[in-house]
Amino acid sequence: MTELLSLTGIGKTYGTVRALEDVSLTLRSGEISCVLGDNGAGKSTLIKIIAGLHRHDEGTFTVAGEEVRLDSPRQALDRGIATVYQDLAVVPLMPVWRNFFLGSERGHKRWGGLSIDADGMRATTRRALADMGIDLPDVDRPIGTLSGGQRQCVAIARAVHFGAKVLVLDEPTAALGVKQSGVVLKYVTAARDAGLGVVLITHNPHHAYLVGDHFTLLKRGRMAGSHARAEIGLEQLTTEMAGGSDLAELSHELARPGTGASPVDPARPADPAHPADPVDPAEERPQP
Amino acid sequence: MSPSDVLVQGRERPAALRRLAGRPELGALIAAVAVFLVFAAVAEPFLRVSSLGTVLYAASTIGIMAVPVSLLMIGGEFDLSAGVLVTTAALTSSMVSYQLTAVTWVGVLVSLAVTLAVGLFNGWMLSRTKLPSFIVTLGTFLMLTGANLGVTKLVSGTVSTKPISDMEGFASCRWLFASEVTVGGLTIKATVWWWLGLLLAGSWVLLRTRFGNWVFAVGGDAAAARAVGVPVARTKTVLYLFVGFGAWVLGQHLLFSFDTVQSGEGVGNELIYIVAAVIGGCLITGGYGSVVGSALGALIFGMASKGIIYAQWNPDWFKFFLGAMLLLAALLNTWVKRRAERGPR
Repeated sequence: MTELLSLTGIGKTYGTVRALEDVSLTLRSGEISCVLGDNGAGKSTLIKIIAGLHRHDEGTFTVAGEEVRLDSPRQALDRGIATVYQDLAVVPLMPVWRNFFLGSERGHKRWGGLSIDADGMRATTRRALADMGIDLPDVDRPIGTLSGGQRQCVAIARAVHFGAKVLVLDEPTAALGVKQSGVVLKYVTAARDAGLGVVLITHNPHHAYLVGDHFTLLKRGRMAGSHARAEIGLEQLTTEMAGGSDLAELSHELARPGTGASPVDPARPADPAHPADPVDPAEERPQP
Repeated sequence: MSPSDVLVQGRERPAALRRLAGRPELGALIAAVAVFLVFAAVAEPFLRVSSLGTVLYAASTIGIMAVPVSLLMIGGEFDLSAGVLVTTAALTSSMVSYQLTAVTWVGVLVSLAVTLAVGLFNGWMLSRTKLPSFIVTLGTFLMLTGANLGVTKLVSGTVSTKPISDMEGFASCRWLFASEVTVGGLTIKATVWWWLGLLLAGSWVLLRTRFGNWVFAVGGDAAAARAVGVPVARTKTVLYLFVGFGAWVLGQHLLFSFDTVQSGEGVGNELIYIVAAVIGGCLITGGYGSVVGSALGALIFGMASKGIIYAQWNPDWFKFFLGAMLLLAALLNTWVKRRAERGPR
């Protein structure tokens, strides 16, 4: 497995606010690396640095062994890093095929590449989606008419089609229902099986543990843990993610006076999605 | 669970029918036919061949600007300076040629440089300051309005430019920008050809080039466009340059058609261009619309402004009509957009 990208001691400061400090992460091909953290933990800052939207202030960022400082999403894309954002992955009013090729439009030979090859791009979009197992006969409909999960899938298929080596996914399942989340995670593993390295940003440890090979925990801009899959179980991951001792303390504070019963079990924080999760972790991926 | 279970689509109507119903210019087409029928019924002279030439001329003077203005609106921005920029273009051309006693082509070229510079300034201000284009171009609008009057008075001592029809190059410039051809009673002015050319070019660029794809994207969701590598600022700046080009063409037409230019003209026309674009199906919020629709909007404008005269109605009501059309069109566009987003369910 070749190393795709590596972050060492990365830091980022916005004015006087220290958003990220000393974060390290390595990603190899065919690997899913999950970044977990609560709101404000620095997940989106990390993603913006990898995606080329912001430059890092400290540390080294290497892509395929070469140190880089990315100034624009275009530079990241040119190095094979494709980012799929939760809410801004696509332009809702544009047809699916125009979205699919946005920024990478294909020229038509007849006009010396001046004109775009609309029919060819429609056909390619249909085929690329079918290859990922997405059945969408009419690629002319505005992508806004698709469900959230479908849009994520199209965005992932787009990244795979355009030869991305690294796929960065920002909270792909956050706004989705149980069933749709399952579908999206399936395409995440499909991308992994195609040899891509995936950085999966999430605050849902259950979704992370279903597919992840490595887990990085962020807390208030710092690394709170970094574990290979073999080193950590779902319960421990959930506990760490939920704040571990913090949660135990909270649980104690919230306990009803008199009964002594704790409303929150630190090992199993309230996640309404979990009990109904369609894919059993053990079935999807036997624990090593 | 197979993914296609989830992704299976609902019942769909025939694609061709749905595509027609979802076209942004459909409302404008229906309105244009309706306006035509109304005036054909009430105004006998409206149907004469010569009237067609008059209507087309009126439509072209709006349409030339409505093409770039509609592209800009699809790209998510306004240009309130578009109306007075036409006057600036005419004034610059006239005064440069006159003051330098040069061939009129010199003024024409300097004028092009000035209009493109104003477009560049608008685009640059927009992307540098991140102010809304409404404010940026309102500023340029006021500055140009003042400069048009101020510079003209300073240079020629009056509020209009000196005649330049006896100068060298005038005839050839007039041929390019203000000539007319009469075929079987139908008089076609040069602006109609310019309009047609810009219309075809604009529509082709929008629908069949990668730049056109970017225009839709920056207007629909600039952040998403930037995230996939679309140069948002450059795309918008090019759209402002295109508005500058349109203003240059129309300005040269006014100059070589009327010989002198009144420096206070053009104020208010920017709104008519926007009205034509909106009637043609452009969403105020960007990301959706059509260049062909803007031509239909301009045609409605031409038919209504001349039809009212042919029907011997009080022309004061023209603006009322225009306002009502705008509201109807904006409502229709929002409805079409919602349908487009919701899909064929």
